[in-house]
Amino acid sequence: MADKILMKGNEAIGEAAILAGCRHYFGYPITPQSELPAYLAKRLPEVEGVFLQAESEIGAINMVYGAASTGARVMTSSSSPGVSLKQEGISYLAAAELPCVLVNVTRGGPGLGNIAPAQADYYQATRGGGHGDYRTLVFAPNSVQEMADLTIKAFDAADRFKSPVLILSDGVLGQMMEPVVLPDPVVFDPDTKEGTLTGKGSRKKRNLVTTIFLDADQLEEHNWHLYQKYQFVTDEFDHGSWKDYSCELHQTDDADIILVGYGIIARILKTVVEKCRKRGIKAGLIRPISLWPFPTRIISELSKKTKSMMVVEMSTGQMVDDVKLAVEGRIPVYFYGRTGGNIPSSFEILNEIDKIVRID
Amino acid sequence: MNKVFSRPKCMSNTPYHYCPGCDHGVIHRLVAESIDELELASRTIGVAPVGCSVFAYDYFDLDFNSAAHGRAPAVATGIKRARPDSIVFTYQGDGDLAAIGTGEIIHAANRGEKITVIFVNNAIYGMTGGQMAPTSLIGMKTATSPYGRDAATMGYPIKISEMLATLESPVYIARVAVNTPANLMKAKRVIKNAFQCQKDGKGFSFVEVVSICPTNWGKTPIDSHKWLAEHMLPVFPLGTFKDKTGIEKAD
Amino acid sequence: MQQGTEEIIMAGFGGQGILFLGKVLAQAGMIMGHHVSWLPSYGPEMRGGTANCTVILSDHPIASPIVAEPDTLIAMNRPSVDRFQGKVKPGGLILYNSSLIDQVKQRDDVRVAAVPASAIADEIGSPRVANLVMVGAYLKNSGILKFDDVLKTLPSIIPSKKKEMSQVNIDALKRGFDSVH
Repeated sequence: MADKILMKGNEAIGEAAILAGCRHYFGYPITPQSELPAYLAKRLPEVEGVFLQAESEIGAINMVYGAASTGARVMTSSSSPGVSLKQEGISYLAAAELPCVLVNVTRGGPGLGNIAPAQADYYQATRGGGHGDYRTLVFAPNSVQEMADLTIKAFDAADRFKSPVLILSDGVLGQMMEPVVLPDPVVFDPDTKEGTLTGKGSRKKRNLVTTIFLDADQLEEHNWHLYQKYQFVTDEFDHGSWKDYSCELHQTDDADIILVGYGIIARILKTVVEKCRKRGIKAGLIRPISLWPFPTRIISELSKKTKSMMVVEMSTGQMVDDVKLAVEGRIPVYFYGRTGGNIPSSFEILNEIDKIVRID
Repeated sequence: MNKVFSRPKCMSNTPYHYCPGCDHGVIHRLVAESIDELELASRTIGVAPVGCSVFAYDYFDLDFNSAAHGRAPAVATGIKRARPDSIVFTYQGDGDLAAIGTGEIIHAANRGEKITVIFVNNAIYGMTGGQMAPTSLIGMKTATSPYGRDAATMGYPIKISEMLATLESPVYIARVAVNTPANLMKAKRVIKNAFQCQKDGKGFSFVEVVSICPTNWGKTPIDSHKWLAEHMLPVFPLGTFKDKTGIEKAD
Repeated sequence: MQQGTEEIIMAGFGGQGILFLGKVLAQAGMIMGHHVSWLPSYGPEMRGGTANCTVILSDHPIASPIVAEPDTLIAMNRPSVDRFQGKVKPGGLILYNSSLIDQVKQRDDVRVAAVPASAIADEIGSPRVANLVMVGAYLKNSGILKFDDVLKTLPSIIPSKKKEMSQVNIDALKRGFDSVH
């Protein structure tokens, strides 16, 4: 077994990116993700990579756009207000079908908010926060180990589906240290990709990366093409080769109440499930790993077997909408949220469950 | 019969969408000739802007990217950093480069990105229908300055070449025009120098081309060029503002 | 608390090496094969204000790294006592730096132990090792980490080039260990 290393979540993402063959990072400083650029500023030159601190988040995401168009594996990271600024570029990346990995170490909003952990960027992440008809794949790690593992998978998914892939993390996961076993390095060659900008060389046809389709029929065709790709991605996560990355189920088989939460909240909910079980309440947990595509099918199936669901988020309620869409009114869906950087304790959540169980 | 004039090799056989009398076609040609003469076509990647030249990529038989409004220097940075052996150029107008993309151009220049920027300044937004640009002249009437540009509330025309020349990193900064045969010949040499600078791996090169917009200026092409000489050039004087290329003087 | 799990909150002024104190415990725990997590407070409070850090040592996989009721509070300054002492679990332990904190109001349901960490560190000759004195004091009461475990793993946690310095670290651990019972 490989050695365990005690690492911060932000650093684990950085090292995993290098192991995935990423040699280009463009970013702009913002708390609480600063360890990630600092780590890569030190590490990338050691592997002959490029670390560039851009003039703004807007500059950074457009450098990502440029580098991705040449076939390189490329990454940028930021935190909520900075990710808002990147949305223009993300829309272009999705439109041009350019692969890249984006990291949001989410903090409290709206506006400047604060630098404490939050999950209030769920809508922005999963609805494609920029303009136009597109989606971004979104992974939500819940441990430092997953920060590393899902970063590598994010690069794979980006290339596989020709799409930006977002890692939606938060201040706790970014800042905490846990033991990590680093995965093996990936051999990656940008020259194996097709349609990339390298200079025309000896090619007969030049390559063009653009997002303009002035003709209505052409743009519609492009949009339906993207839509079909997104359907394919959804199928892959529902029952194809990516289904292991859709969600994690914990004690759901006999559960009367199923808790739903992602990221750091899912860790707290695991403790809550244990405590519930000790008190005779049959609780279970669904932890979406992929927020888009969302594990709609699994939640829908489980809603036919359990009595109620409770969604817990560090927001005033965003993912709960997707759970309700999956449940289609079959059973009650409750919600408990804390925001502003407050993290709900297992006691608070237990109190809420007590109320629900009494109602039931 | 001898062929005395033909399309540069790296230009495609596509008719321009530009308005009659527009300078873009001529400037495109100077860029293409320079790339051909320096034998750079096989490793050149262009970056098109948003504005009238949004479809610049249609006219070059080169690998091309098309950037979001103002972001071409950032996109070019990403390309050049990922493919350091390629020749990367942006082609931008005054709205794209001198307004929404001011941050991107200044910092690309200041980092000394080894790219070439062709900046076409005609003092107006063309594609969106003749609005005031940061480079519009004082008193100039546009769709969004119908009473003329008033310095008190709209400021003065921004002189990008002079601004960039204050930076330490850029290697080559020059302003040219294509309004007369003499100026055109000079513009050709300067644009070629800019690409030579990149070919030699020297650093950031920037050519501002003072240009016209007959449609939105409401003038014939000939009158436009006269107006350019009389009104534009006193504000935007031609010349070389910085030259660390070591290439023999263009003029 | 689950059997075989210890949850510790440590707090003090920025500059007292609070985060490092936690890192020593977490790293030693990891090397000895336990499950560990380390969670800092972060942000403006890091710059000269108070810092705190949560460490969990466990024989089981750790569900939540966020601790509402710690088993142990290690308080390096007065504000830390005020902020965290009410949260310590009944039956838990408060270790406080008695060089900087005159006294801690007694709670009937927790043990309170005074450790003159800053004074001991000064005596050893390095004020910066007050945090390691506290690590030593903690080990006296830990059911998971043994004193020898930390002693063994210390060189890999603090790669000290100077021999004298590593001796200072060991002295700090020992004096802390002996200061409580």
